[in-house]
Amino acid sequence: MTNSPRTPGVVSGRLSDEALAQNFSDLHPPYDGHEAMVAADRCYFCHDAPCVTACPTTIDIPLFIRQIQAGSPEGAAKTILDQNILGGMCARVCPTETLCEEACVREAAEGKPVEIGRLQRHATDSLMAKGIHPYDRAEATGKRVAVVGAGPAGLACAHRLAMKGHDVVLFDARPKPGGLNEYGIASYKTVGGFAQAEVDWLMQIGGIETVYDHRLGEGDLTLTGLAETYDAVFLGIGLAGVNALSAPGTETDNVLDAVGFIADLRQADDLSSLSVGRSVVVIGGGMTAVDAAVQSKLLGADEVTMVYRRDRAAMAASGFEQDLAASKGVRLMFNAQPVAVHGNGAVREVEFEHTESGPEGLSGTGETFRIAADQVFLAIGQTLEGAPEGLEIERGKIKVDPSGRTSLAKVWAGGDCATGGDDLTVTAVAEGRDAAEDIHQTLTA
Amino acid sequence: MADLTTDFVGIKSPNPFWLASAPPTDKEYNVRRAFEAGWGGVVWKTLGLDPHIVNVNGPRYGVVYGADRRVLGINNIELITDRPLKTNLEEIARVKKDYPDRAIVTSLMVPCEEWAWKEILPQVEDTGCDGIELNFGCPHGMSERGMGSAVGQVPEYIQMVAEWCKANTDMPVIVKLTPNITDIRYPARAAKAGGADAVSLINTVSSITSVNLDTMSPEPSIDGKGSHGGYCGQAVKPIALNMVAEIARDQETAGLPISGIGGVTTWRDAAEFLALGAGNVQVCTAAMVYGFGIIKELNAGLSGWMDDKGYASVAEVTGRAVPNVTDWQYLNLNYITKARIDQDACIKCGRCFAACEDTSHQAISMSEDRVFDVIDEECVACNLCIDVCPVEGCITMEELQPGDVDKRTGRVVEAEYANWTTHPNNPAAKAAE
Ligand SMILES: Cc1cc2nc3c(=O)[nH]c(=O)nc-3n(C[C@H](O)[C@H](O)[C@H](O)COP(=O)(O)OP(=O)(O)OC[C@H]3O[C@@H](n4cnc5c(N)ncnc54)[C@H](O)[C@@H]3O)c2cc1C
Ligand SMILES: Cc1cc2nc3c(=O)[nH]c(=O)nc-3n(C[C@H](O)[C@H](O)[C@H](O)COP(=O)(O)O)c2cc1C
Ligand code: SF4
Ligand code: SF4
Ligand code: SF4
Repeated sequence: MTNSPRTPGVVSGRLSDEALAQNFSDLHPPYDGHEAMVAADRCYFCHDAPCVTACPTTIDIPLFIRQIQAGSPEGAAKTILDQNILGGMCARVCPTETLCEEACVREAAEGKPVEIGRLQRHATDSLMAKGIHPYDRAEATGKRVAVVGAGPAGLACAHRLAMKGHDVVLFDARPKPGGLNEYGIASYKTVGGFAQAEVDWLMQIGGIETVYDHRLGEGDLTLTGLAETYDAVFLGIGLAGVNALSAPGTETDNVLDAVGFIADLRQADDLSSLSVGRSVVVIGGGMTAVDAAVQSKLLGADEVTMVYRRDRAAMAASGFEQDLAASKGVRLMFNAQPVAVHGNGAVREVEFEHTESGPEGLSGTGETFRIAADQVFLAIGQTLEGAPEGLEIERGKIKVDPSGRTSLAKVWAGGDCATGGDDLTVTAVAEGRDAAEDIHQTLTA
Repeated sequence: MADLTTDFVGIKSPNPFWLASAPPTDKEYNVRRAFEAGWGGVVWKTLGLDPHIVNVNGPRYGVVYGADRRVLGINNIELITDRPLKTNLEEIARVKKDYPDRAIVTSLMVPCEEWAWKEILPQVEDTGCDGIELNFGCPHGMSERGMGSAVGQVPEYIQMVAEWCKANTDMPVIVKLTPNITDIRYPARAAKAGGADAVSLINTVSSITSVNLDTMSPEPSIDGKGSHGGYCGQAVKPIALNMVAEIARDQETAGLPISGIGGVTTWRDAAEFLALGAGNVQVCTAAMVYGFGIIKELNAGLSGWMDDKGYASVAEVTGRAVPNVTDWQYLNLNYITKARIDQDACIKCGRCFAACEDTSHQAISMSEDRVFDVIDEECVACNLCIDVCPVEGCITMEELQPGDVDKRTGRVVEAEYANWTTHPNNPAAKAAE
């Protein structure tokens, strides 16, 4: 440890290795067997359970919890994975407080839901620890499907198609599969290389050929080409672009895009080699903003301020995420928008203007203030980038119908790149799975 | 402050809580600790003739758990004392001398022949203990030797042994009954006929708690084999309460003192036994699970409840509920209720719906937005919805008043009591007199 949180500038090694290891350990450590039994016993086995309705992948939650109660965590895992092949990752990253656990009747009753996410993790971890892959491929159909994007949407689609007997070729621009599971999700949600372990486990189904480091739209990899060569194409390319800030000074040094910072962090072998500012300002109000702010703090930044242009209630980050940020020492500021980034070479201050929302939407009040910063992260939204020509786009996303069909014949899409649903891992899985079912229907009709 | 002292067949104790004959009362060390903790009395672990028996040297308990590994019931394959008679007798004498205000009853099980009783009774009397309890209850191990429940299941033997004891000692004789029998009134009547001063019940219920599905051995497993054991603890309380009530309201045994045993875990359980006719209670499993310290809760809880209700003594509680225990045929068929759901308390889990729809009377409706309502036309007031509802007090039973129409039958509710004996559907109905 060469530096401290108060070392000026953007430097690495602000914290000891032990402190870093502690900071980036599991946010919700796994249950031990007894804890899981106690947690499972709290489930009422509701009729037509509201938690199931609230799960984008419609996992039969009371059933899997009952299987845990009855001492078959592996059976529970099968119930989960039948609906959501990335049930292990979703157990770790789903904002359960706005999904299943929000709908749990015990949340209504006593403000303390059944901890569905942690139970789901207990079940899926038990199964994966045994190395069991409880699915086989159906008889080969002879059909070949190209899946572009090895994120949650693409992986779920590829697995379901392989299971149905189709041959899948899975392309991704990056060197590793997993999409944002590997490059985006906060470290403390998916520790221990889980993203890759889960992909390896998923690939045990067989029938999925992988082609990494290949970007659709580059070289000879084109949508037209794929549509000609394959029986169907699924696009799960996520949102590869980021919104830029339209304020003067954003070209100043150390004004970075939060997604890139997080990706570097996720790929770092040694956290103490990562640089972070003493005073960090994060601009945005979503999950990415929270993750960038919290992880800056955990890396040892002295002061981290997250500034959102609307009020707390409008924030995309859930109450849980906001509390998490606050508990790690991140300062949350609302109703302020950036108007300029100041600094000579490197950033020194960000200037904000207070905002108020009126009938015409959000407007500045004219009052400004400055926050000292030697590093700024922009987390003001990801955008669709590199969508192939010819696809109908609606509000910045590839337009699809409820089964994932795009405007082009033979082309389906799902996940963050497509319309419909929230930008969440679990939603991407549901859309990938459902598109696979529709592709299967179409190819075997 | 309510008076908790009891006089049970002449045996006085500062409170109605005795430790039942079992491991907690197995030796001087335990019993002294129990008395220090505040227990009113003990029934010493059952003595037998020498040579003393031996126990298995592997596990002797099986268990049934509720949520959070809470023990609901235990079964055991332990036998009576496995220490020499003399050792036990000396210890009983020493403890009694030091705790003259506490009850010490000695439990006995010897062969079913008079000489054996003649031999042991004077030795027990010499200890200065307050009475004897005849263990006719053990369902395992001893019954194969013609003792324990092998005797308890044959009313004639019970009477015979009780008579021998009454003839050979002046100590009060309590007969401990086994529940492993079809009608508990027969052994109780036999005990009374034999001159017993009281009965105590229940001993343990024959049981296998679980099977190890890997080794295919019943638990507890001794070298891959298991034998049935005796079940006790909270799980057996309903069986015990019924048996106590049966004896309390039987014409032939009414008034026979009863020491209530079986699943007493909190003061409330004890109060229920008392209300159904017990003069005191005995506790085993709760002490084995939580230790002797529970006596503080038992005493404080019972005395607090008695104060609230204005009962001055334990004797005032004994038997209070007995007149309300009746036969099914005398239950009032004109008492008509309907389930009512408190919509503000309802958390919309749908359990009442699932239970009623799948297994009862299809009397709960469920709307699109998960509002659950009782359909009076179908509700037979079975109570299942209340039992399964996780929110206490959310569903209640509302009593229809005379003049109201029961929408299920279309009939007007009558004010008069009417039971099955006079019901037109009863082939044996007698005309109301
Ligand atoms: C920082 C951050 C934190 C998040 N935290 C959470 C969270 O805690 N919980 C949660 O539920 N959601 C979270 N999300 C959202 C979640 O990660 C996404 O909704 C989810 O990953 C979307 O899955 P996807 O398969 O559609 O896209 P992605 O995961 O983005 O995967 C798309 C894949 O396509 C590849 N690709 C892109 N373009 C091309 C191309 N032209 N050719 C070939 N391959 C291409 C990419 O390399 C990538 O592997 C977070 C997102 C971010 C950015
Ligand atoms: C391990 C064990 C040993 C027992 N041994 C005896 C015994 O020697 N004599 C006897 O009369 N009852 C014996 N019992 C039965 C108890 O005295 C008591 O009747 C029974 O456990 C029910 O009460 P409880 O539910 O409070 O445990 C034994 C019970 C247990 C658990
Ligand atoms: S809503 Fe809660 S209690 Fe009901 S089934 Fe779902 S997890 Fe269980
Ligand atoms: S309770 Fe005591 S005697 Fe019994 S097995 Fe455990 S340690 Fe041994
Ligand atoms: S069981 Fe109780 S809480 Fe659940 S829906 Fe029925 S009335 Fe409501």
